[in-house]
Amino acid sequence: MTLTPTRDGARLLEADDVRRALDAVLDPELDEPITDLGFVRSVDLAADGSVEVHLRLPTSFCSPNFAYLMVSDAKDALTAITAGRVVVELDDHHDSEIINRGLAADAGYKGTFGGEAERDLEELRATFRRKAHTAAMERCLTGLLRAQPDLAEAALGTVTMGELPAGALTEALRRRRTALGLPDTPDALVLVDEHGAGYPPEEVPLRLRRARSTRISIDGNAHFCRGLLRTRYPGSGADQSDRPEPTFIPLTDLSHQEDR
Amino acid sequence: MYSKDGEDYFIVDAHVALWDARPENQRNVHGKQFIDCFYDYHRNLSPESEVWSYEDYLYQGGERLMHDLFEVGYVDHAIFQPAALGEFYHRGFGQTEEAFALAEEHPDKLTYNHNFDPRNGEEGLAQFKRDAERFHLKGVKLYTAEWHGESRGYKLDDPWAYRYFEAAQELGVKNIHIHKGPTIRPLDRDAFDVADVDKVATDFTELNFVVEHCGLPRLEDFCWIATQEPNVHAGLAVAIPFIHTRPRYFAQIMGELMYWIGEDRIQFSSDYALWTPRWLIERFVDFQIPEDMTEYAPLTLEQKKKVLGLNAAAMYDLDVPAELRLPDAEEPATGPRQPERADLAGAER
Repeated sequence: MTLTPTRDGARLLEADDVRRALDAVLDPELDEPITDLGFVRSVDLAADGSVEVHLRLPTSFCSPNFAYLMVSDAKDALTAITAGRVVVELDDHHDSEIINRGLAADAGYKGTFGGEAERDLEELRATFRRKAHTAAMERCLTGLLRAQPDLAEAALGTVTMGELPAGALTEALRRRRTALGLPDTPDALVLVDEHGAGYPPEEVPLRLRRARSTRISIDGNAHFCRGLLRTRYPGSGADQSDRPEPTFIPLTDLSHQEDR
Repeated sequence: MYSKDGEDYFIVDAHVALWDARPENQRNVHGKQFIDCFYDYHRNLSPESEVWSYEDYLYQGGERLMHDLFEVGYVDHAIFQPAALGEFYHRGFGQTEEAFALAEEHPDKLTYNHNFDPRNGEEGLAQFKRDAERFHLKGVKLYTAEWHGESRGYKLDDPWAYRYFEAAQELGVKNIHIHKGPTIRPLDRDAFDVADVDKVATDFTELNFVVEHCGLPRLEDFCWIATQEPNVHAGLAVAIPFIHTRPRYFAQIMGELMYWIGEDRIQFSSDYALWTPRWLIERFVDFQIPEDMTEYAPLTLEQKKKVLGLNAAAMYDLDVPAELRLPDAEEPATGPRQPERADLAGAER
């Protein structure tokens, strides 16, 4: 991309920079970037290097804690790439006023929500990072089952990262493991809890089943939210892009991950 | 009653509303936001032929409800599950007097459940006792994200909620329908988390806890709790319309519910007037788990009959014609239902 130097030598922010910074902001619940979900409504760049971004959500009643995480993460991501003024606002939400006021004042989560906030949202983030890992793990293992019909389900407890085929699903699992601080070496077990501990063979089928319900839940929510956004904001579908990692795949298709 | 291919289905719609969201009843912008959110759900998940105008959506009235449910909707019995939402609507969202009058007029067709809010303390408890008597309550609808002065939600295991559950048990108000919403105090935690359902189900074994929307958007947490608690049930409100837009996703929801909690604890709900029952019932009777989803057993005729009406009829002691009754499944009270299906390739091996 072209760099536009300013008089003092700093580079002016461009729309691409903003987009790339916001690509790193995830909807914690859906485990997808807010850009791909179509949550970025507008980006306005001014000549003095300041930027104003508006976000939108699928309903007025999306959880305010998740909404806050996304707008504050977006502001942090943009503040990191420009010295200019950064304004991020959430439109059309039941807590828009509270969140936008808190964000403008850099009041933090507790300052924004006052008595409704107890500590911080780190535990909430951690919960959904764990779920994202569980879903990614299930996609990989189910893919393996599909690809190797003679593989017994109970044997999945000993499958290692090195035995997974190369592909988008495996890459996605690697990223989720890294986010949780789990090892990514070829000899590391795939089917593990959030602390990296494996399971005895007799527990494996039930663990896989639980992981599957997590994956179904996340995939379903993501699709519902995308659809609701398109209903609420006509034309917003054009701003949504397919997630880089395939989702909502019939289990039968999981064996073809290397084709995608 | 719905009949198809020589089979008769007794239909109970376990979650209907008679709401009034017209502008004159909206207290503030949130009243508009709330019904707009519902209308988007409706527009997003309904077949095109079933989409109502916004005007129709704001308020239906008793006559239209009777028509939509009983004249064209195949429903034999419906249960009102009113949300109060007094912070958003002057006269509340669910229209108590109008709905109760209808239920009095058609006791064979309608059951009126009311609601309570544990944050109303002693006064609310006394009111609940009066309501239980006046409305002959068998159940209540609880919305945990109800706004209430400075508070925007409560948990089912809050001490005051326990006082109300103790009263419910004493009064024989056995069926507690739970709807989770986006706000709760503190905001630090996931408001949709169903861990509090686990606690109250363990502590109040005489009560039934019907988790509406089968725990969506937390289906996995709900299934895990429901498989361990024999008095936790799934309401299909909001889940069943996916049968039209995303049938494969709906198949997975049904497959998961059948696996984790079994055929006797799942209840059909149109969530009228979010959607109307007629098309949902027609689709559900025709529905089958796709053959390639070998991780789930196909749905049987008996399972469909139970879900569409017999399960809720049993919970509410409704009179089901003898020829339409079915025995309970011989299933364990807890734990997964189809362990032999847990193996993906079970069918082939």
